[in-house]
Amino acid sequence: MTDQPLLSVRGLTKHYGPRLGCADIGFDLDEGEVLAVVGESGSGKSTLLSCLSTELAPTAGTVRYRMRDGVTRDVFSLSEAERRVLMRTDWGFIRQDAAQGLRMGVSAGGNVGERQMAVGARHYGQIRATALDWLNKVEIEVDRVDDAPKTFSGGMRQRLQIARNLVTQPRLVLMDEPTSGLDVSVQARLLDLIRGLVSELGLAVIIVTHDLAVARLLSHRVLVMRGGRAVETGLTDQVLDDPREAYTQLLVSSVLAA
Amino acid sequence: MSGFAGASSLPSGEGSRVGYAPAGATGGGDERIAASRHTPPQTSPEEREDIAPRETGYNFAYLDEQTKRMIRRAILKGIAIPGYQVPFASREMPMPYGWGTGGVQVTAAILGPDDILKVIDQGSDDTTNAVSIRTFFERTAGVATTTHTAGATIIQTRHRIPERPLAEGQVLVYQVPIPEPLRFLEPRETETRKLHGLAEYGLMHVKLYEDIARHGEIATTYAYPVEVAGRYVMDPSPTPKFDNPKMDRCPALQLYGAGREKRIYAIPPYTEVRSLDFEDHPFRVQHWTTPCALCGSEGVYLDEVVLDDRGGRMFVCSDTDHCEERRSPNPPPSAGEGASRSEAGEGLREARAHGGADAGLFASRAPLAGRPPLPTPADAGATLPREGGGEERTEGRGRSEP
Repeated sequence: MTDQPLLSVRGLTKHYGPRLGCADIGFDLDEGEVLAVVGESGSGKSTLLSCLSTELAPTAGTVRYRMRDGVTRDVFSLSEAERRVLMRTDWGFIRQDAAQGLRMGVSAGGNVGERQMAVGARHYGQIRATALDWLNKVEIEVDRVDDAPKTFSGGMRQRLQIARNLVTQPRLVLMDEPTSGLDVSVQARLLDLIRGLVSELGLAVIIVTHDLAVARLLSHRVLVMRGGRAVETGLTDQVLDDPREAYTQLLVSSVLAA
Repeated sequence: MSGFAGASSLPSGEGSRVGYAPAGATGGGDERIAASRHTPPQTSPEEREDIAPRETGYNFAYLDEQTKRMIRRAILKGIAIPGYQVPFASREMPMPYGWGTGGVQVTAAILGPDDILKVIDQGSDDTTNAVSIRTFFERTAGVATTTHTAGATIIQTRHRIPERPLAEGQVLVYQVPIPEPLRFLEPRETETRKLHGLAEYGLMHVKLYEDIARHGEIATTYAYPVEVAGRYVMDPSPTPKFDNPKMDRCPALQLYGAGREKRIYAIPPYTEVRSLDFEDHPFRVQHWTTPCALCGSEGVYLDEVVLDDRGGRMFVCSDTDHCEERRSPNPPPSAGEGASRSEAGEGLREARAHGGADAGLFASRAPLAGRPPLPTPADAGATLPREGGGEERTEGRGRSEP
């Protein structure tokens, strides 16, 4: 363990031509820490996540990551090959639409096995055993291992996506609204699963959500965004129970009580 | 670029052929090809009256010289980067896509007046496609054609690699429908190019994984992906995987042309070609329990021929030339074989009659540069790797990967 944070973001700015995606975002993330990024639609949450995952090149700012060898490097200074290796080994990305994060025509086992094979696993029996183990962990019946995810329900697809991403034991997982579009009981089980895996594996997570309940349940810290800027940041309970900024107060008071 | 510069001395003008001879390799292969050129070929247009003389109004081998140069540049780049798909400006050909427009363009670009062309489709010299393409070049280039594998300098093929081992100086031209091995898993060309560029081939194994998960074994039987020279993963066109081991360290130059997809790629002679597999599901080739019903060959690729509507069927060699050659009492007339070669052929036939069928075929797979192009009877007698019963034959090479 070092004193350096796992991920360090400074001054991250993204312009889409004259339009602003996000501006001057900065935060640190330690190992095992869960950061929720909340805000309304169009507040720049997804732009921020795309920049962090290097899918978009930011206009300005740095994203520094402490690699497994302990050296902290700017992810945008990595070569494309290094970056792709990082993305499929040490990082995970759970997408809102599972169809984008999975190969819908390839069996569940193949989906989980892809990352293993991408990092050089060439033993079918071992690949399959690991895939079955992970399906078990994310509560998918193991006899569905040879079914394609297009035959899966929405909740199962999200769980499969989690298995596919976690199989290489990443240290940082980015999640983009992983529970939206699911009904509440499925949502609750999925959140339970994520919370269990996060604490069990000591994952650092950045989760983008518009659902404050998800943020409260999963995250240690919260970053509130509005109009592309971070308006408030702090410990989750503190921000949600005692919001300082007017916008955060509005956001918190807008939540419907069941 | 050094490889490119070194190779650029090969095809430089009208009618020259892309040949390849490694330094010091002046073995029997070259002599044999040279000899075959002096032998009056079987179907020389001047001798045969049923073939019209070379058509006037067309450039030699149909394509104009600028186009041929463009294709040769693509071929040279392909040879310099084994397995890499080189884009080229594919032309309209007087035949539909899917009938071998890519192969025809490659052949046209490397064809010289002295070449002897053989065209096969599914291993056969006399199917429509093969006959048409052969006649096309007889008429537009006036070149000699043959059906004998050993006598040909250029062999254009769809699906099969001839059973007779190819020799140095020969060129095998494949007609490729879909050159991208990753296409069915990743539809975006931008992405597949990136995957090739970064040598990220995990996806290819996902396909093989799916095969095993669904069928219990790697069920891909044709277009079986190979890794060329330890770098690029390549689709060997729809050849049966039975022929994959023949591509490994083949003394002949192998060129691939995909007309519709506008790609050319190549395997230079003596290049390592490894079929992808899993450690616990190694690459295997098909195996037949019966020999060829016509010539008795074992260890060759067989076609099933339905004889009647009562379930009658027979299995015969897919390579018609190989089958005919084994059945004919005399050595092939234009095979470029001297007297000594004929004796060797007789000896080999005898060895085969004594149960050593095709031992030479497999023995000659061994990666030995400078070996004689065809096995001697002594070879055939010494190394008879007869395989037991109904088991599949595993490709007998060590793996470099753990």
